[in-house]
Amino acid sequence: MKKIKKRFKVVLVGLIAFAIAMIVDKIFEPSNNVTLIMFLVVYIIVGNDVVRSAVHNIIRGQLFDEQFLMTLATVCAFLVGAYPEGAAVMLFYQIGELFQSYALYNSRKSISELMDIRPDYANVIRNGEIEKVSPDEVHIEDIIVIKPGEKIPLDGVVTEGSSALDTKALTGESMPRDVNSGDEILSGCINLTGNLSVKVTKSFGESTVSKILDLVENAGNKKAKTENFITKFARYYTPIVVICAVALALVPSFILGFDHFSTWIYRAMIFLVVSCPCALVISVPLSFFGGLGASSKQGVLVKGSNYLEVVSKIDTVVFDKTGTLTKGTFNVTKISVAKDFPDLYEEDLLKYAACAEFYSNHPIAISLRKAYGKVIVDSQISGVEEIQGHGILANIEGKQVLAGNAKLMKKYQIEFIETDQVGTVVYLAIDGKHSGYIVIADEVKQDAVHAIAALKKAGIKNVVMLTGDNKEIAEKIANEIGITKVYSELLPQDKVMKLEEIMSESQSGTAFVGDGVNDAPVLARADVGIAMGGMGSDAAIEAADIVIMTDEPSKIATVIKISKKTLKIAKQNIVFALGVKLIVLVLGALGMASMWLAVFADVGVSFIAIINSMRAMKS
Amino acid sequence: MKKIFKLEDLDCPNCTAKIEVDVTKIDGVESAAINFLSQKMVIECDESKVTEIAKLIKKIVKKYEPDVEMIEL
Repeated sequence: MKKIKKRFKVVLVGLIAFAIAMIVDKIFEPSNNVTLIMFLVVYIIVGNDVVRSAVHNIIRGQLFDEQFLMTLATVCAFLVGAYPEGAAVMLFYQIGELFQSYALYNSRKSISELMDIRPDYANVIRNGEIEKVSPDEVHIEDIIVIKPGEKIPLDGVVTEGSSALDTKALTGESMPRDVNSGDEILSGCINLTGNLSVKVTKSFGESTVSKILDLVENAGNKKAKTENFITKFARYYTPIVVICAVALALVPSFILGFDHFSTWIYRAMIFLVVSCPCALVISVPLSFFGGLGASSKQGVLVKGSNYLEVVSKIDTVVFDKTGTLTKGTFNVTKISVAKDFPDLYEEDLLKYAACAEFYSNHPIAISLRKAYGKVIVDSQISGVEEIQGHGILANIEGKQVLAGNAKLMKKYQIEFIETDQVGTVVYLAIDGKHSGYIVIADEVKQDAVHAIAALKKAGIKNVVMLTGDNKEIAEKIANEIGITKVYSELLPQDKVMKLEEIMSESQSGTAFVGDGVNDAPVLARADVGIAMGGMGSDAAIEAADIVIMTDEPSKIATVIKISKKTLKIAKQNIVFALGVKLIVLVLGALGMASMWLAVFADVGVSFIAIINSMRAMKS
Repeated sequence: MKKIFKLEDLDCPNCTAKIEVDVTKIDGVESAAINFLSQKMVIECDESKVTEIAKLIKKIVKKYEPDVEMIEL
């Protein structure tokens, strides 16, 4: 910012001085020497720091940089008698640089604001008093206090209080999330309404916020092919154009005679001004950074520009099932009461099941109690007997209740019809009579159907599901969400093999989306590994190239769209900058371009390219 | 070992690319990457030579961008 302010002053004073010089020159038409002195003064005002650093660079053996080229071009302009142009080119170069650094400053600021989730302090309780310390001084098991409006500095479990959390920075989700005592909370969220006491479960370095910041800050280090191409290109571009300039200055004069020597020098100067590659070199990484920013805003963390480039080209997406397309948690999906029990409601059936499973810690028991949701009076339950591999026999409200699988019903010789529902089925019998069944199954994520449709719309030709689950469940779920290719009952090592098989059929790249620990090798093997960050394991997130913080599969289509847009903008910038420069070079060689146009081709083009790059940030 | 430097006021992308190439050539530096937007340079280098490497990097930075301030992080 200091540099920008300094340059702004130089430009302002320079503009006024230049205007005065032009007016004096036009009205009084002074002698050649007076004009020279006037414009030389203007030149020194606007260009002294450029000339100085050019000299400085030459001493350090650093030729062909921007300052040197500008100095050479303007000095030559003065030598051939084009005084106003000599001063004006320097002035416009400074104005262009000013705009360019301001645009750069702004884009840096908006991108860093996007990443502004680093907590500055933590209120930790030490010896009964609240102490404000740096988050990395807090230990595991410490109790920290978070007031409304403060950022959550470390991951932990709420021990006291309830509040709503703004999780936007982590997940892109704008609805606040309610938390109560006992809930786990993640650092990087903002506490909105109430005071919270939190027991810290992870040190700062291991906390979510540090991991995300690390990931985002290092994202720019992995460069896309387009980026590498352009920096390489720039290394040859400048020397070549400078050599052309020298040739343009000398060759025609040697052939046609030195009568028009100054004309050819002027044209060569245009080459020098246009030879700076900054517009190219700046706009491409900036576009990619904008794309990375746009993805983070949507709750998708991309670990490098190179992955953004790869993801824009993929034609195949392979999904894991559990936890990726489905919620990965088991819920009651169907309650069916037998016809012979007209007085029995679904609610009652669920109550009997929940009571029977009251003492069990089996996942099925937990989801039954969760579905019932009411307080269970344990004095009503007696004589609970667990029959291994079958189910439970219990006495509830004076009735004998059997709850378990089909084997249990058969064992007690209860007449019932076996259902073909997919999932885990709990059959119930009350006083020796079949009374219905409850189905517990993993649920498809809300946006899964939309996610697959959006992928196909985004140009993905092949969508595949891999799962370790049994064929029936896999096919039912695939059918529900619109996936036609399913491979089920796969062991972890089979998944890698299957993926390789699918990859060999893909034309332009394959993405794998997963969440579990056993997905890590598959994630690493795919062209792009995408992990569900919210519920995914640390290993999966580590192995993945893209992390979806919201756990929504529909974000894959979003990130593909962002990546395509980013690549398009980067290409536009390359074509635009190179195109304009090439045109000006040709016009300059033919004597149809002025120095003014050349300055536009240098700084004007960079400025426009920067503005264009920032479009990548808006999604 | 991994070392991070902040390059304040870095605003010429072309110079950035040149700095990156030259730093990679320093003896003992395995890799160097400059993130132009966060103005940070991350290098992988030989731990025993770290002070010399830092000095050489400073020299390179000053050569291409005299206005840039290099801070060790």
